[in-house]
Amino acid sequence: MPTLLEIHNLSIEYKTRLGTARAVDNVSITLDENKTLGLAGESGCGKSTLGRSIIRLVPYPGRILEGEILLNLDEDVPYENGVVEKGQINLLQLDGDQMRALRGKKLAYIFQDPMTSLNPMERIGKHFVEIIKAHEPDTPKEDAQVRTKDLLEALDILPERVLDYPHQFSGGMRQRVMIGLGLTLTPQLLIADEPTTSLDVIVEAQILNLISDLKDKFNLTMMLITHNLGVLAETADSIAIMYTGRIMEVAPTEALFESPQHPYTQALLQSVPDVRKPDRKLSWIPGSPPSLTEPIPGCMFRPRCPHAMEICATEPPPLMKSTSGGIVACYLYEGS
Amino acid sequence: MPLIEVKNVMKHFPVQKGFLDTLFTRQKEFVKAVDGVSFEIEEGEVFGLAGESGSGKTTMGRLIVRLIDPTAGQILFAGQDIATIRGKQLRLLKRRLQFTFQDPYSSLNPRLTIGNAIADALRLQGIGNKSEQKQRTMKILERVGLSPASSFYDRLPHQLSGGQRQRVVFGRAIILEPKFVVTDEPVAMVDVSVRAQILELMKDLQDEYSLTYLFISHDLATARHICDRIGIMYLGKIVEIADKDRIYTDSLHPYTVSLMAAIPVPDPKAKKGEALPKGEIPSPINPPSGCNFHPRCPRTFERCAEEEPALREVKKEHWVACHLYD
Amino acid sequence: MSLKSYVVTRILLAIPMVLLLLTFVFFVIRVMPGDPALLHFERRVDPAALAEFRRRLGLDQPIPIQYITYLGGLFVGNFGLSMQDFSPIVDHLIARFPATLELAIYSMLFAVILGIILGVFSSKRYDSTTDHSIRLFGIITYAIPVFFLGMILQLIFAVWLRVLPSGTRFDPHYVPPPRITGLYTIDSLLTGNLWAFMVSVRYLILPTVTLGLVLCGIFIRLTRTNMIETLRKDFVVAAEARGLSDSRITYQYALRNAFLPILTMIGLQFAVLLAGAVLTETTFSWPGLGTYIVDRIAHRDYTAIQGTVVFYAILVAVVTLIVDLLYAAFDPRIRF
Repeated sequence: MPTLLEIHNLSIEYKTRLGTARAVDNVSITLDENKTLGLAGESGCGKSTLGRSIIRLVPYPGRILEGEILLNLDEDVPYENGVVEKGQINLLQLDGDQMRALRGKKLAYIFQDPMTSLNPMERIGKHFVEIIKAHEPDTPKEDAQVRTKDLLEALDILPERVLDYPHQFSGGMRQRVMIGLGLTLTPQLLIADEPTTSLDVIVEAQILNLISDLKDKFNLTMMLITHNLGVLAETADSIAIMYTGRIMEVAPTEALFESPQHPYTQALLQSVPDVRKPDRKLSWIPGSPPSLTEPIPGCMFRPRCPHAMEICATEPPPLMKSTSGGIVACYLYEGS
Repeated sequence: MPLIEVKNVMKHFPVQKGFLDTLFTRQKEFVKAVDGVSFEIEEGEVFGLAGESGSGKTTMGRLIVRLIDPTAGQILFAGQDIATIRGKQLRLLKRRLQFTFQDPYSSLNPRLTIGNAIADALRLQGIGNKSEQKQRTMKILERVGLSPASSFYDRLPHQLSGGQRQRVVFGRAIILEPKFVVTDEPVAMVDVSVRAQILELMKDLQDEYSLTYLFISHDLATARHICDRIGIMYLGKIVEIADKDRIYTDSLHPYTVSLMAAIPVPDPKAKKGEALPKGEIPSPINPPSGCNFHPRCPRTFERCAEEEPALREVKKEHWVACHLYD
Repeated sequence: MSLKSYVVTRILLAIPMVLLLLTFVFFVIRVMPGDPALLHFERRVDPAALAEFRRRLGLDQPIPIQYITYLGGLFVGNFGLSMQDFSPIVDHLIARFPATLELAIYSMLFAVILGIILGVFSSKRYDSTTDHSIRLFGIITYAIPVFFLGMILQLIFAVWLRVLPSGTRFDPHYVPPPRITGLYTIDSLLTGNLWAFMVSVRYLILPTVTLGLVLCGIFIRLTRTNMIETLRKDFVVAAEARGLSDSRITYQYALRNAFLPILTMIGLQFAVLLAGAVLTETTFSWPGLGTYIVDRIAHRDYTAIQGTVVFYAILVAVVTLIVDLLYAAFDPRIRF
């Protein structure tokens, strides 16, 4: 299967008052074309930072230390002073103008809170015209407006509402607009960062349906970042589990839910309530993750792990092939 | 006799408008946050109130512990109308009724050590002297799992994890040995891997202090794990009340049905059957006529727009407000 | 509420506000200890002359009558008579106000433009040497006393270098442009007199720069903090993720949203300036309202002081009204 995005040995640090925190630690991950990769983990595990690093907008004061982010570009993308040529490119080596040309055009990002993600001073329609003009400056304004109306219709929003301002829209509608903005220029990769977390459950389901419809329609490759494993069970083709900035396990969705390999994944799944099975006993993971500013040697999950061994305290376990068809970073599976 | 009886309670908030609007518009507008709700909670029960944001569930919880007063209707605690209680009795009542807020980050004073935050509850009630207060606080800290208490007593809220902060919130609620605790989304801000632990703590505290809970949540999966009965709210009204199992396996109200269908299930093989209702929950300022839900309801018929359905017991211990079951 | 009804109600609301201000000014002057008429004369005065003096100014009437006459007079533009020569105060105000207005407008433009440019620049280079230097500049200009800066600038440009004139509004050897608006720069342009325009501009430069520099510190600071905050908002990051151009994000997204608090400050400062930048006007012998009121205070001319303060009060009310209307024009959340 052709890959769209490959991340190799990516590390990102935040310098804070309490010390340096490694939010993403030597992460390698691959996204196959036309597939949805779920990126899951609890708060502070680095999943959003990882997502943001792909569009090179890691929040201040984060800094990408090392690694490669390789994108398989499907066409030449012109920018002010030249052209980003098609083929595999390392996003970390592009300059500001080149990155700007790719953002919105080839890489789209949807944020968690639709209530604050639109410019309150601008009409909804202007947001669309703006992104079209930014990447295709030769498009006449009228054409951009026609395209905007078509897009809004596809999102189930009345086209005459292009003249409304964001505050006149509900949360669900604003998230539709954000999705529409992401898809305006039919990007290759859509990164959705907790796109439904701030929405109510029915609207959440509506938005997830919309995303999966559009994903088929636009032939999208998607990275869905969320803490909600239920959402991923419904939408993802494969899932990567993150903990303290590291990838713990990657597996096809069904395999991950059926036979989770990493002790963290196992424990996490046992703590997720299932509305259909109220009698199943929920468990929890004792303790809390180690501080990122004071990392411990070896596997970061070791202090909370029921299977911890001596070797776990030495070196961080590398990712190895698991029996479920994925990869797992755990010494339990060494040599098997 | 039920511990809590809510009888046709309403809470209408005047719409916050600018000074100018108030001057020049004659008609006053109200947010009908709670609009005619009745239910009972038995002693020792965990009663869940579930619904989307804007359904009025939090307002309902605050009414029961008298953080706010209702516009109309009655709330009885152990047979006594809480609105009529005054003076010293009121203080005693507030000790019996406790409320825990959703967001432990903002409900704890960031500059107050958690020991003081808990001891404050005693101080405000004038219980014991300083050393007694400290002693009881230490005991409570241990009880809610913040052990050793001496190492937690002087810490500030930001030095704790989300789960630990939620424990402080419970500590502060139970130190007054209440009979009834309203918990508003107690695990919404807590990471999923420690949620079950907080729920377990709630259960333990319930056994030890013979508590009755009102559990307010938008998360039906969690609610189903801890509640005995669940009421579903929509736009200020209760549309259905049933046993936690039957509300899921035998949902009657079309809103409940779609709500249940929309819950994400951690199982890739699960099939989604029911169609989702269109649109979003409308504004509680001008709710739709008749049945609130009729504009979005997949099974609506003429009568729904004209007549408001009453909450009726259509099966044993199963109440629903829908014309389909008349 | 529609924009129209907002404007109407806001204007209606300004009326009681002005009335309240007028009443307040009137009674403050009345309840001050001492008889204004007596205080006006430094030496003993003949009782008959004093009675005549009181009669001409209407000070012999009971307070309620005085109050009604005062309000009624203001309605038809009568601000009372000066104690010095019984000339109508309104004539002095009309003669002096354009000078103040002209200085206020240009120094405000100078301060706002410089302040916003430096503030935006500073915020974009947050925590760099440029940022720190601009902040330091802002603090120094804000802290420096206006008369000191005025004198230094006069010394350099008017005394040593002799490139700019100082003191008064126009070359005393020539006749200023005919009065149309009273603003020399405007009047000279309206009459097509370029030479007079150049002269008036040259006379304006030193006081404008002095006052503008002192004022721009506030705007640098305000713009910088609001921009830093806004640049971190979700909708700005979302715009970056769509690949919009840097200038569009800075101005259309960040500055437009950061502008509202700046607008409030412009209104407040402008109202203060209109009341006469007393120190600046004195330093540059600028014949505006500021020098007028200083002069009237020196002469214990209570009626003139009252008339001028009332004029200030009306100005402040008008400026606040304009700022509120600008707010509505600016922010769609107020309009709709």
